[in-house]
Order: sequence, then C-alpha cells, then structure tokens
Amino acid sequence: MATITLDHIAHAYPGPSGAEKRYALKPIEHVWQNGRAYALLGPSGCGKTTLLNIISGLVIPSDGRLLFDGQDVTRLPTEKRNIAQVFQFPVIYDTMTVAENLAFPLKNRGMERRLIEARVAEIAELLDLTPVLRRRARGLTADAKQKISLGRGLVRSDVSAVLFDEPLTVIDPALKWELRSKLKAVHQALDMLMIYVTHDQVEALTFADEVVVMKDGAVLQIGTPADLFERPAHSFVGYFIGSPGMNFLPAVIEGRQAVVDGQRFDLGAQYALPAGDVQIGFRPDYATVTASGGIPVKLQRIEDLGRRRLARVTLGGHGLVATLPNDVTLTGEAAGLHVQPGHLHVYVDEHRIEGQRMTEPLHA
Amino acid sequence: MRIQGRGIAITIYLLALFLPIYWLLNMSFKTNGEIMSGLNFWPHHVTLRNYAHIFTDPAWYLGFVHSLTYVALNTVISVSLALPAAYAFSRYRFIGDKHLFFWLLSNLMAPTAVYAMPFFNLYYSIGLFDTVWAVALAHCLFNVPLAVWILEGFISGVPREIDETAALDGYSFPRFFIKIFLPLIANGIGVAAFFCFMFSWVEQLLATTLTTVHAKPIVAVMTRVYSAEGMDWGLLAAAGVLTMVPGAIVIWFVRNHIAKGFALGRV
Amino acid sequence: MLDKPWNNRAWFFVIPVLVFVLFSSIIPMMTVVNYSVQDTMGQNNFFWNGAAWFQNLLDPTTDIGGRFAAALVRNLIFSLVVLCIELPLGIAVAICIPRHGWRVGAALVLIALPLLIPWTVVGTIWQIFARQDIGLLGAALNSVGIHYNDTQDPTSAWATIVVMDVWHWTGMVALLAYAGLKAIPDAFYQAARIDGASRWSVFRNIELPKLQKVLVIAVLLRFMESFMIYTEPSVVTGGGPGEATSFLSLDLVKIALGQVDLGNAAAMSLVYNLITLSLCWIFFTVMTQLEQRKGS
Repeated sequence: MATITLDHIAHAYPGPSGAEKRYALKPIEHVWQNGRAYALLGPSGCGKTTLLNIISGLVIPSDGRLLFDGQDVTRLPTEKRNIAQVFQFPVIYDTMTVAENLAFPLKNRGMERRLIEARVAEIAELLDLTPVLRRRARGLTADAKQKISLGRGLVRSDVSAVLFDEPLTVIDPALKWELRSKLKAVHQALDMLMIYVTHDQVEALTFADEVVVMKDGAVLQIGTPADLFERPAHSFVGYFIGSPGMNFLPAVIEGRQAVVDGQRFDLGAQYALPAGDVQIGFRPDYATVTASGGIPVKLQRIEDLGRRRLARVTLGGHGLVATLPNDVTLTGEAAGLHVQPGHLHVYVDEHRIEGQRMTEPLHA
Repeated sequence: MRIQGRGIAITIYLLALFLPIYWLLNMSFKTNGEIMSGLNFWPHHVTLRNYAHIFTDPAWYLGFVHSLTYVALNTVISVSLALPAAYAFSRYRFIGDKHLFFWLLSNLMAPTAVYAMPFFNLYYSIGLFDTVWAVALAHCLFNVPLAVWILEGFISGVPREIDETAALDGYSFPRFFIKIFLPLIANGIGVAAFFCFMFSWVEQLLATTLTTVHAKPIVAVMTRVYSAEGMDWGLLAAAGVLTMVPGAIVIWFVRNHIAKGFALGRV
Repeated sequence: MLDKPWNNRAWFFVIPVLVFVLFSSIIPMMTVVNYSVQDTMGQNNFFWNGAAWFQNLLDPTTDIGGRFAAALVRNLIFSLVVLCIELPLGIAVAICIPRHGWRVGAALVLIALPLLIPWTVVGTIWQIFARQDIGLLGAALNSVGIHYNDTQDPTSAWATIVVMDVWHWTGMVALLAYAGLKAIPDAFYQAARIDGASRWSVFRNIELPKLQKVLVIAVLLRFMESFMIYTEPSVVTGGGPGEATSFLSLDLVKIALGQVDLGNAAAMSLVYNLITLSLCWIFFTVMTQLEQRKGS
C-alpha cells in the first residue's frame, strides 16, 4: 500500500529524427492516494494504457519521475515495484490448478506456505472461486479465467497498487455487473490503491472514487464522478460522460447573459473571458422542454426511454437534447426550453471558465 | 543482460551452423592441389576454375536445369491439386473425410526407399522414365499431401463468413475462389509452394533412381566427380555451394512467413 | 471442427488428389505386394510363395530377419537420440531468436538454410568436413588427440551422423517453436514479470504449455524423417563401417536395388511401411485430440 506520485510524467515514442516528438502521453502531475480507487477513462488510443504501463513498469516514461511513497521508482523493473496488474484478456498458467494460479505470485516471493494457503482461500472466497480451487485452470470458462486473473492481482496484500487494464472486456454483460460490484466490495474489504483503466463510463463511475478523463494523451479532468457530471472541465468530458452527452451551443457572452441565435440564456454570473471560441454547455438532465414559455425551440422528435423521455429540439439550426417531463404534452413543433440555473457552463476553446457569482443580483 | 546472453547464444549457434558451409565455400575456391596439400583456413590462391567448369560443361549445368525444371513442375502440380482438396477438408465434413486425410498424410510419412523400386517399374512401363516428368510426378507422392496439410491450416484461418458473404453478394463459386479466396490465402500458397520446392529440391533417392541420362539431376551429377587423379574435391565443393543458392533465394522471399509456415499454418 | 457443415459434394474437390494418390501410391504398392508373395527363378518367371518372405523377415534367427531387426533397432535408437538432442536444442534456439528488427529475418533465414540444401550435398558437406586430411572437424579432433575416423571407427561414424542430423534439422524444430512462441500474447510475459516469475518458471508454465501443439508436429516430422533417413548417411558412411550405420532405408535400398532381391525387399518394404504407418497414426490421433481440446 502506497501513495503514488506522478511528477511531470510524459512519454514520447522516438519519432523519425528531426521530426517533432509524438507524445503518447502528455506531461501530467497527479498523486494517487493510498486506499482509494481511481479510474482512467477515455476512448481507445487516449494514452490510458500507456499511463498504466508506466506505473507498472512495463513502459519507462521518456520524461518525469514516478514516486512510490516518495521513493523514485521510475527506472525500477516491474518485479521490484510491488505492483499487481490484471490484463484485458485472462492470463492464466495452463499447467496449474486454480489454487496454484492464485498462489503463484506469493510463492515466487517466498511466502510461507501456511500463509499462502490462508490468503488463497480468502481471495477465492471473495471471488467465488472456492468450488473450483482444485480444478485445472485450463478447462474453465473465460469468465472464470478472468476471475483467476483478478484473484492473482488481489492476492498480494503488500502491493503498492493493483492495476486493472479493461479487465471486464471478455466478461459476459450479465456477469460484468456482478464482477464490478464484487471488485468494489473487494476494494472496501482490502483497502488497496486500485487504478482501473476503461473506456466504459459506467464502469468508471461506479467503480472509482475519482476518475481521470483522458484524450489524445492528455488528462482533461480529474475528479469525483459527481464533479465530472456537474462541472465538466472540458467540453469532451461533458460530451463523453453522461448519456446522452452535454449540449453545446456557440454563444456570445453579454454581461450575465449568453446570446445564441438572438435568444438569451441567463448565466447567473459575470465572466472574464479570454479570447477564443465561446460555447455554452448544459446537460439534458438539467434542461426541460415545455409547451410554452422559456426559450423558443423547434421540436424534432421525442424519444421514450421508458424511465424518462427526451426531446430532440433545434435552436437556430443547432441540435439539442432536453428532458421532457412526464406531465408535459407537446402539440406541433413549437416548444419552450428551460435550463436550470447554475447548470449552464461557459467554455472557451473547449475549457470551462469559472464565472464570478455575485451574492446579490444587481437588478431584481 | 539476459537479452545479451541470448544474443550471444544465437550467434554461437549460427556460427556453428555456418562453419561446415564455410569449409565447403573455402574449398570451392581452391585448386585440388591446394586442397590436398594440407589444411588452409582460407584459399591462398583463389581460383574460379571450379565454378567456370560447372558453367561451361553441359553435363554440369544441365544438371541444374533438370533439377530446377522438375522442382518447378512439381510445385505447380502439387499446389494446384492440393488447393481444392484443402478447401474441402477445411470447410466441409463428408463421408470418409478423416480417413482420407489420414491416408493422405500417411503418404507423407512413407519411406521413399520403399517406393524407389516400384516407381522405377511404374514410370518405365508408362514411358516416362528418364524424363523430368517422372521425377516431378514421383515427388508429388509426398508433396501433394504436404501441400494439402499446409493449405488446410491456412484456409481454416480464414473465417467461413467470407465464403457466405461472397455467395450472398452473387459471386459464383469459381469466381469467388479465384477473385476473393486465393488472394486471401496467398501467404499460405506461398508457404505451400516453398515447402514443395524444398522437399523436391532436396530429395535425391527418387530423383536419381528415375533418371539416367536425359534428365539427370544435379545431385546425381555430383556423385560422379572421380577423375584419373581421384576425387575432384574443388569441383564437388563448388557444385555443392551452387546447390545452396536456389534455396537461399527462395527462403529470402518467404522469410516473413517462414515461421508460421513451418507450423503448417497451425499456430 | 464440429461446426463444419456436412456436404458430400466436397468429394468432387478431393477427386483430383485422390486419383493422383491412387496412381502414385496404390499402384506401386500393389507391385510391392505382388513381389512380396512370389519368388522368381529369373527370366521373369514368378511363382506363388505365400507368406514365406514375411516369415523369414520377422524371424530374427534367419539371415534377413536378423539383419532387419538389427537395422530396426539401430534406426529407433538413432531417431530417439536425434529427437532428444534436436527438440531441446531447437526450443532453446527459438527462445534466443531476437523478436524485433532486421535481425529476426536474418536469423530465420540462416537457421532455415540447412533445410534447403539437397540431402546429398548435406552428406557431401559433412563428408568433407569430417575427413582427417582435408576436413576441418576431422583434422581438428585428431590434432587435439581424439581418435576420430568416421569411415573406420563405428563410434566416430555414429557421432558424425548424429551431429550431421542435428546440424541439418534443428532449424526445423527451432522455426516451429519460434512460430509457437510468437503466438503467445505479450500480456502473458508481462503478467509473469508482475507475478515475479523466474525465467525458468516462465518457460515451464507459459512457453512450454503453449508450445505443446507445435512440438507434437515437430516430433511427428522429426521422428518420421529420421526414421526414413537414407541420403545423408549413404553419402557419408555408406552404412558402414561394417553395418554400424546401416539404417532401415539404407538396408532396403541395398537389398532392392543393389542385390535385386525382390522378394525380401518387398516384404521388408511392407513391414517397414506398416511400422511408419502405425507410428504416424498414433501421432495423428494425439494431434487431432489436442486440436479438439483447444477448440472446446
């Protein structure tokens, strides 16, 4: 168990000489706190696996330092780092039984046999592997094999961190949910630092205390699931997290109002904006459509998701999604849009700008 | 450091591999006088006489021509016979398929020595004795099953959905096979052709048994290098060196697929 | 394997091969069977001889029977010895083959090179290499005081044939094993590093199990090829000194083409063929079962 510090870590693959270095991972600084669960979230190729491999030592970063409890381990080989990692596809040792698979990392470190057996039994119990402990690992299903991989990752109690590289990819959707909650329970039971790479926002948001959203090798935002939802620091975060994603409209800011296609949105705050492309963004969850009043929009169609209804509307040629309350009935194309105050964000060049909220409005 | 150790190990292995070949090369550039006068680690009087002899004496260079001719014929025959069969084995189940497959493979494993005498009778009686065709056909005994086996492995690596999609898109089977399927298994065909080439090129017993004068392969020519002064070692060495050239060229072409090829497409 | 559709029209695809193999395998075999049950007084006069040739052949107390049994034992020992050397060596070489860069291609080509040399030439290379007067190996061994003479001394002859076979064929095992190793995903090696596995443990628990399938192919091909070995020893030792390196094929060719003893040769051919066939069948069964187990 340890605290892991990324000190200006970056990674570039050596490009053709003369050409500018291509960064697979742009410089980041972050401290992973002991005992917490983190998720690295982003689309494929965003650098999240590279970051994970830097922490585990499979990749040596080109720049920066990596500290485990203040100790520099940047160039230390994997086996000296005290890290556990679970891979995307099940990695099991064909020739061994399930129990031997689970015991393998402990045995290699010369742990006492009695202690190994106790620990293996404990982990097997947590992952429901007890009934198959004596079976050969080769003949089991992909789900069971991946559970063994998870178990091998969790079996060492002294590890600095357990890293998961999209561990549920091969798991059946029905079992995915179960394993995810199992992992969450394991995390609470074992009190370890866990870092979990995924491209699935549901996995990230349900598993992690804190989520790191990445894109194109850069970290866009680090925050709790609520932070990411309520205050996306980057328009990509707004768009990537939440289903459907955030609405964005090009706007002109005039005082405490944003003007979109002649329509005025109340921002509730004063903004000092740097130069750049200005957009306003709000989540469909915080916007409602009614038959009249509000900002006039044109209704395109209604999607009934069962639990909630969404209205797809246009405002000056821009498509938007908003919630359609169950008690509202719309006739014809005309409708009115209402955005809850405090949930409207201003972005300049895709980055969120914090407004200066006055305690007292100037005019009532 | 571990990687370095492996590098050293493989280098030592390759050097050991190359040493006998080097010795042959060394001798091929010497005169017989120099060869017999004692051990030299490199030729002190480099001579191309041995090579010149091979390229000017029809008995020698025709040996190469004959060998390459039957090897080429054999490769074409084997692969084209094997392709449809490999497709059938890979894609369908049919009555007796497993027995047939094993029976084919058993031909691959049959000792050529067993076939030397009956092949002599067979090809003599149908008038093909002492032609390149006799050798080309005789080598099909083991090359056709080998090609079927390799191609079956590669074809099984191509998802069957492709066949079905092509059928849905209105391709007739022959058109599908030639236009779509063959390009997909081009690697496998290359590897199969490589193996047919290899086993036909290296075989000697059948090739010498089935020929006397008009289709004598290079390996048979090489067995007759006695002259009045005894063995002509330099000439023998030069011929040996030259027989490695076609093989080396062919390997170079398939070097990227060679590993998978040796696993018969089954990894 | 099991999800293949049943279609008997597939037979049409197999017919060319079938016709060809009938011509190339069955007809010659019939000739052999024919000879094996007849005897001749010369001038192409053959008469029925029943199973006499076979009785002789399989009775080790007769001249031919003893000769056959000795050659069979010799050949089995030879196959076993070369397998025991080539298999581990080939795997070791495969592990040492670099994984990236231009060196891969170069190493593969060099390793494969002996496989593409005509077998007679392989024999010639070693015949020259092993000579005491003009060969590097023979001269070097004798100069350091080891009595070595591959044409006079049976031990030297055996050693030469074995080393030659290792030189000739280890590359095949190495290439097979290399193909198997390349098919192992990187994650296995990474996981092993994270689990703190030793190099030996990686080999024992990851590489060797994953190589199982290609190694069965390697054993099959190497066993069969060494069981049929003819050309290389015939060039280097001619089966001698005495009968020391007279393997089955050498003996058979001697009897069939040298002594034209057709009855004995035919009976021997059939028994020889039957032995290889049964061994081949065992390997084939093992292999298909491995494939099925992997599929399920």
